[in-house]
Amino acid sequence: MAEKIRIIVAKPGLDGHDRGAKVVARALRDAGFEVIYTGLHQTPEMIVNAAIQEDADAIGLSILSGAHMTLFPRVVTLLRERGAGDIVVFGGGIIPEEDVPALQAAGVAGIFTPGASLESIVRWVREHVKPRGVRA
Amino acid sequence: MVSDREGPVERKPRCTTISGLEIDRVYGPAQTAHLDYARDLGDPGEYPFTRGIHPTMYRGRLWTMRQFAGFGSAEDSNRRFHYLLQQGQTGLSVAFDMPTLMGYDSDHPKALGEVGREGVAVDTVEDMKVLLRDLPLDRVTTSMTINAPANALLAMYIVAAEEAGFVWPELGGTTQTDMLKEFIAQKEWVVPPRPSMRFIQDMLVFGARELPRWNIISISGYHIREAGATAVQELAFTLADGIAYVQAGIDAGLDVDAFAPRLSFFFDCHNDFFEEIAKFRAARRMWARIMRERFGAKLPRSWWLRFHTQTAGVSLTAQQPQNNIVRVALQALAAVLGGTQSLHTNSMDETYALPTEDAVRIALRTQQIIAHESGVANTVDPLGGSYFVEALTNRMEEEAGAYIRKIDELGGMVRAVELGFPQREIAEASFRFQQALERKEKIIVGVNDFATPEETPIPILRIDPEVERAQIERLHRVRAKRDSAAARAALDALRRAIESGENTMYPIVDAVRARASVGEICDVYRAVHGEYREPAII
Repeated sequence: MAEKIRIIVAKPGLDGHDRGAKVVARALRDAGFEVIYTGLHQTPEMIVNAAIQEDADAIGLSILSGAHMTLFPRVVTLLRERGAGDIVVFGGGIIPEEDVPALQAAGVAGIFTPGASLESIVRWVREHVKPRGVRA
Repeated sequence: MVSDREGPVERKPRCTTISGLEIDRVYGPAQTAHLDYARDLGDPGEYPFTRGIHPTMYRGRLWTMRQFAGFGSAEDSNRRFHYLLQQGQTGLSVAFDMPTLMGYDSDHPKALGEVGREGVAVDTVEDMKVLLRDLPLDRVTTSMTINAPANALLAMYIVAAEEAGFVWPELGGTTQTDMLKEFIAQKEWVVPPRPSMRFIQDMLVFGARELPRWNIISISGYHIREAGATAVQELAFTLADGIAYVQAGIDAGLDVDAFAPRLSFFFDCHNDFFEEIAKFRAARRMWARIMRERFGAKLPRSWWLRFHTQTAGVSLTAQQPQNNIVRVALQALAAVLGGTQSLHTNSMDETYALPTEDAVRIALRTQQIIAHESGVANTVDPLGGSYFVEALTNRMEEEAGAYIRKIDELGGMVRAVELGFPQREIAEASFRFQQALERKEKIIVGVNDFATPEETPIPILRIDPEVERAQIERLHRVRAKRDSAAARAALDALRRAIESGENTMYPIVDAVRARASVGEICDVYRAVHGEYREPAII
């Protein structure tokens, strides 16, 4: 049997709006993924450390402070620097449509803007995240 | 018979409010028969104030139209304040950026990318002076949404005002200072719950002595609701927080009537029109009884639940954003029919960013249309006596009362927060609501129904990344210019005050005068009490 996919759900930045992160974490868990929620106010360094230590297959970021253009690409860069660039990074929050191309270019694989359904997030993760061992 | 559920087929098997309360087809005298007018409603201005705290309400004075603002640099925000005052706004409301809310300076590593983004960056009293430049501080009242470092920001406000020639007793305003709801919902903190309550006690004592026109605490349901609570949970947890603060003031040696008249509340106003109106009416009645019966307050002003309302940010949709203007209008109308003392109407573009000036103007005009065109301000509590509204008001009171009893059994709100009780209840409610959306049991127009394939983009306010660099430079200039030995000495004195248990507000004011920064002051708090870390529960 294939190993369970492990996902870190993380809240970078200083905003405390964790409603979305918690709802998504719970939906992913209910969908059969193994979910580790980091809690609030995480720096990109803390998130990347957690992902590597927990041997995660993906990181889901939630941010509502407007700092996504700084913090999302920083997570991707740090992963690559640590040789873990194959960990899939996706994220959501109040992200204007026009910021999406730049985030994708920076290596954020999936962006979910306000109103995205839980079902669409779960489906995306099923399609885009594979256990890292299998992919390598 | 109105209670007969047979008969014509209805559109849905059950009708529920947005919070999940079941609503009957029709309400009649049976549901309000037990109401005693004098005991349960009272005329406006009469205990228990269900119908309003003033006999004349909006016939005497309209609610204060208070738009929350603050972004970028202190100069940008100051310009927005002058603009809002010119547009007829009557009170100011300051939003601070995330680093300020968390007690970090703009040059702290955790502040990266956050400076000036969700509000204005204030590091030292020099920033506060720019923020308040040329504002008539003896005439406007200023509400500051600040919690964990509220003591430091209040000190900056009064020092900045004093240096501009005003005296403390003429300063009117509000600091939010509601740490319990931070631990429950908003989640911007510095030190753990118990030392946070200690700081609040010092502020209550200081306010009672020095600032007769200042509301030290604004007990806030807004963030609780926005985090996913139901209307009943918002009502219950907010009043339970209020109970904890009143107890804290009494425990600090204050007479309840010396500070209770200056407590004010802050509620959300969500989409479900009648549920919200009932919530406000129930809140007034419950608080009056709590203050008189539980705490033995003697002054009628201590029994009043005065409140600010903000329309529900969480109800706005990124899709078809113009629809938000309509949502906000309905929510604002509910707040007015519920008897709010002041109101912030959200702007249609706020799902993406802080609002543009055009969007803010429509939001303010919405209030002016309600005030001057709709006629609803002509009479007090026009819905009083409605079978439905009175029945729903009772229902809110009963269910919120049950929550408050549960919290009392746990040992009060501080303990309940340490146990994660309200946090878990809210997470459950928000998950249930999201599931109801996914199943289309609840509809959000433009999101899970009535969607349009093509969205028309609207303009979005962009914060120049330059703001962060300039703010850090300004902080460094202040640090270079100040007498650093004096700043250090003031911070050391603050540390000794915290450790010895004397009132910390006076040494905080001294530290602010010596140009100590928010981050430096909060570092002292962290050094003594440690930083709060929330257990991550999903």
